[in-house]
Amino acid sequence: MAAHLSSGRVNLTALREAGRRELREFLDKCAGSKAIVWDEYLTGPFGLIAQYSLLKEHEVEKMFTLKPGRLPPADVKNIIFFVRPKLELMDIITDNVLREDRGRSPQRDFHILFVPRRSLLCEQWLKEQGVLGSFIHREQYSLDLIPFDGDLLSMESESAFKECYLESDQTSLYHAAKGLMTLQALYGTIPQIFGKGECARHVANMMIRMKREFPGSQNSIFPVFDTLLLLDRNVDLLTPLATQLTYEGLIDEIYGIQNTYVKLPPEKFAPKKQGEGGKDLPTEPKKLQLNSAEELYAEIRDKNFNAVGSVLSKKAKIISAAFEERHHAKTVGEIKQFVSQLPHMQAARSSLANHTSIAELIKDITTSEDFFDNLTVEQEFMSGIDTDKVNNYIEDCIAQKHPLIKILRLVCLQSVCNSGLKQKVLDHYKREILQTYGYEHILTLNNLEKAGLLKPQTSGRNNYPTIRKTLRLWMDDVNEQNPNDISYVYSGYAPLSVRLAQLLARPGWRSIEEVLKMLPGPHFEERQQLPTGLQKKRQHGENRVTLVFFLGGVTYAEIAALRFLSQMEDGGTEYVIATTKLINGTTWIKSLMDKLEPAPF
Amino acid sequence: LKESKRAVNSLRDIVDDDDDDLERVSWSGEPVGSISWSIKETASSSTSSLEGRDSSLQKGSSSYAALPKQVSSYSLSSLFKGRNKLPSFQSLSDALSDTGVKNYAPELRRPKAEYKDYSSDWSPKDTVRRMQRGKICSLERFRSLQDKLMLLDEAVAGHDGNVITAVLIFLKRTLRREILFRELEVRQVALCHLIHFLKETGEQKLLLDLLRFLDRTEEVALSQYREHLNIQDVEKRREFLKGCIGLPFSAEDTSHIQDHYTLLERQIIIEANDRHLESAGQSEIFRKYPRKASILNMPLVTTLFYSCFYHYAEAEGTFSSPTNLKKTFKIPDKQYVLTALAARAKLRAWDDVDALFTTKNWLGYTKKKAPIGFHRVVEILQRNNAPVQVLQEYVRLVEDVETRLNLATKYKCHDVVIETYKDLKDRIQLTAYKCKVERGSAEEEKINSILNN
Repeated sequence: MAAHLSSGRVNLTALREAGRRELREFLDKCAGSKAIVWDEYLTGPFGLIAQYSLLKEHEVEKMFTLKPGRLPPADVKNIIFFVRPKLELMDIITDNVLREDRGRSPQRDFHILFVPRRSLLCEQWLKEQGVLGSFIHREQYSLDLIPFDGDLLSMESESAFKECYLESDQTSLYHAAKGLMTLQALYGTIPQIFGKGECARHVANMMIRMKREFPGSQNSIFPVFDTLLLLDRNVDLLTPLATQLTYEGLIDEIYGIQNTYVKLPPEKFAPKKQGEGGKDLPTEPKKLQLNSAEELYAEIRDKNFNAVGSVLSKKAKIISAAFEERHHAKTVGEIKQFVSQLPHMQAARSSLANHTSIAELIKDITTSEDFFDNLTVEQEFMSGIDTDKVNNYIEDCIAQKHPLIKILRLVCLQSVCNSGLKQKVLDHYKREILQTYGYEHILTLNNLEKAGLLKPQTSGRNNYPTIRKTLRLWMDDVNEQNPNDISYVYSGYAPLSVRLAQLLARPGWRSIEEVLKMLPGPHFEERQQLPTGLQKKRQHGENRVTLVFFLGGVTYAEIAALRFLSQMEDGGTEYVIATTKLINGTTWIKSLMDKLEPAPF
Repeated sequence: LKESKRAVNSLRDIVDDDDDDLERVSWSGEPVGSISWSIKETASSSTSSLEGRDSSLQKGSSSYAALPKQVSSYSLSSLFKGRNKLPSFQSLSDALSDTGVKNYAPELRRPKAEYKDYSSDWSPKDTVRRMQRGKICSLERFRSLQDKLMLLDEAVAGHDGNVITAVLIFLKRTLRREILFRELEVRQVALCHLIHFLKETGEQKLLLDLLRFLDRTEEVALSQYREHLNIQDVEKRREFLKGCIGLPFSAEDTSHIQDHYTLLERQIIIEANDRHLESAGQSEIFRKYPRKASILNMPLVTTLFYSCFYHYAEAEGTFSSPTNLKKTFKIPDKQYVLTALAARAKLRAWDDVDALFTTKNWLGYTKKKAPIGFHRVVEILQRNNAPVQVLQEYVRLVEDVETRLNLATKYKCHDVVIETYKDLKDRIQLTAYKCKVERGSAEEEKINSILNN
């Protein structure tokens, strides 16, 4: 079930186990049969921790989705709400509770489990509605860092970036710090902490403070991580805006990966048997789980998309050959052996079929004219061409009313690559956007300005070229098939964030002091004392392990770039990645857009 | 890719077992037994048995008085139970090293009764720490302003938004507004939390008062402007927007807000007029192309398209005429031409399209000009299924030779291709093109005659 979590350098199964234990303990507190009412957003993340069978073992008989109205009449002793601490959800719960038939017998007990934290504001809200007293247990489930893969953890907190950089609400940073404390409790104190950015500074401060306040946390576990690198997303606003060009990155850009699942158009996955086709073509999207448990996917996920086709065809040949072997199987023993391999071969075949279909779907898009034009403009901006004037392609896209998010991504990219736009250029874009998409988007544009994604060039100086050259962000000779540099993930652009991680490992940040000063926020180093006896004596040739924590989100392409560094023969460092949320340019911009529709209730 | 596809397909013939059984995955891909799959399962089974159960629940209403037992109330400190032992992360690691200690993440453990103690004299620091661990504390003890502020500062130092907000709720309730504002002004983090919290809970009036006090006028303006989204009635919305014009926006934004108001005002007039026209059934254009939606609250460019579609010929004096819109909102030429072209092409009004690009100089000569480039014109016309005769007229006007040839070849504007090759004196290409035209057609003849010359 979770074998892929233990495949990496750090065994993340332990973290998952800890989460499961905590969940069981809570369920056992509410004695008797139960029904869970789910905040739908949570089912995805919880699915990575536990299956229904675990809940069932603890007398969970029914599960519902949270919605206004009367609760379904399940015959259970306990009703437990699993919710994020959000006021709009409290309103629904209130409605549920108030409509509960007080006359029913036996009465059902209500409980709330807040994920990841209890919220006093929510409880106050429930109190004002007069229902707070109806809940027997009000507890929290600190699902801070959820293991997504052997080297990947996410808090799946959608609004973290917005809260940190727009609303100056540091709650998600507090959760990040708490998640890091849990990690340290499981995997030992991390001796070295590096960081860049305001939020990184806050998190490091909180960790140090928490450690001081809980002297008991001095644990005796041999440290697994050597270094923690905390990075603010706003140190590198550029990377998520560009279109990711790795296989996994493109799947996410085009279809959106949620909690390791992707939903795909069903046509390409039609029933394979002859005679059956056409009879019942599926209309529901095909849902697939994507993680390193699948051998083929683990191999191709981080490749540049242009290198995926050749791997798939090579695999196809191998599998064909393997199936051909049945003709050569003569003796009973040989046949037996062939049969015993059959399940594995079939799994490989179906995996190959799926990824061939996905690759075809993606290819249809990447070979389209518009994809090419869009990419050309992005690459021009990133390599520093014509970033200071109104771009024709962007204007055309506005005129043709392409999706607003696409426009915003491009305009923001241009702004970031020019250290802000000339006032005249900015005003021009703004006017065109408002006239074409509606004046109310003035609120969204304002948010983007506040977050620093879209701004007028104030200093009159464009720092980006210096940063680009010093950090070698643009590489002209990129090798997509057999990469020798992280820039392959964007076919030329090396993600700034990952370059910072790379340079920290070798030769160290001292070499780039000047550029670090141009990027927002402080950079710092902290050391955490280890008790004697726990200091690591590295074996010769053993790699260091660095945990890179992206505060405000990380893209799949950045993850791919870090994995590439981990696998470099003489790299010397292996990376584990943690983040507040897995993002891409679209989901990221969306999280910053003003909610234009009034709440439905 | 094709290769692997082929291989996969050929494999299908070999293995005809249905491997879906093997994976135990439902079609939607959710592994059987996953949480979201189970929600659907258990929910559907319960709805089917809904009627049967309801009736059995009618009896037993006498047990109403049996309220939940352990009612816990938010501010009753007497009910507070806590542990005075500091929770240690140690236990977490113990739990994992299989020593049999099951509890971890101590915050989640039920407080043990034997550690019961009262909170009468906790310092602000202790209080905040306890709240951080998700425990409920009474804040009422903090009476003096100084105590309250210490509590707030402690909460801010802890960075836990949940606790900061809880303290702010308390301060908001117990402090005079001016004092609260004044103290928050020098505490930026707490201030941000309060603003966020007021936005969340929709306390618009207090929020505006606060922003005004802080002199954050632009934010006041935006926040107030935002309110218009909650007004459904268009007349009321228009009135509201009118009121927004005077708000202290930045200069650039002010003109946008003004435009927003003017646009809605126009739309209301046009809508009333057109609805009447449409229902009267007298106007041919509305009969032929009934409106799909109302024009209210649509963006400016959409409105322009609408007016180019339904009101193209109207004199500039009317509110619904395209030229009036263009003038009022200072729509750039490019944008205007694009929109008008799209609208007229959709109606297949080729004469209007022609007129759009025709300019007369003072000698009376006509000239074709397109502010957007003729290749764009061709694309838009092609998207609207313009006939070849119309299309080739504009393909001919594309200046860049290569683009012209590409477009002409793509859309089969043979004449243009032939003429261009002729101008380029490219015999080879022209000869090659002969196989693209129909045998015995006028085009073939034309090519032959050029080649023979």
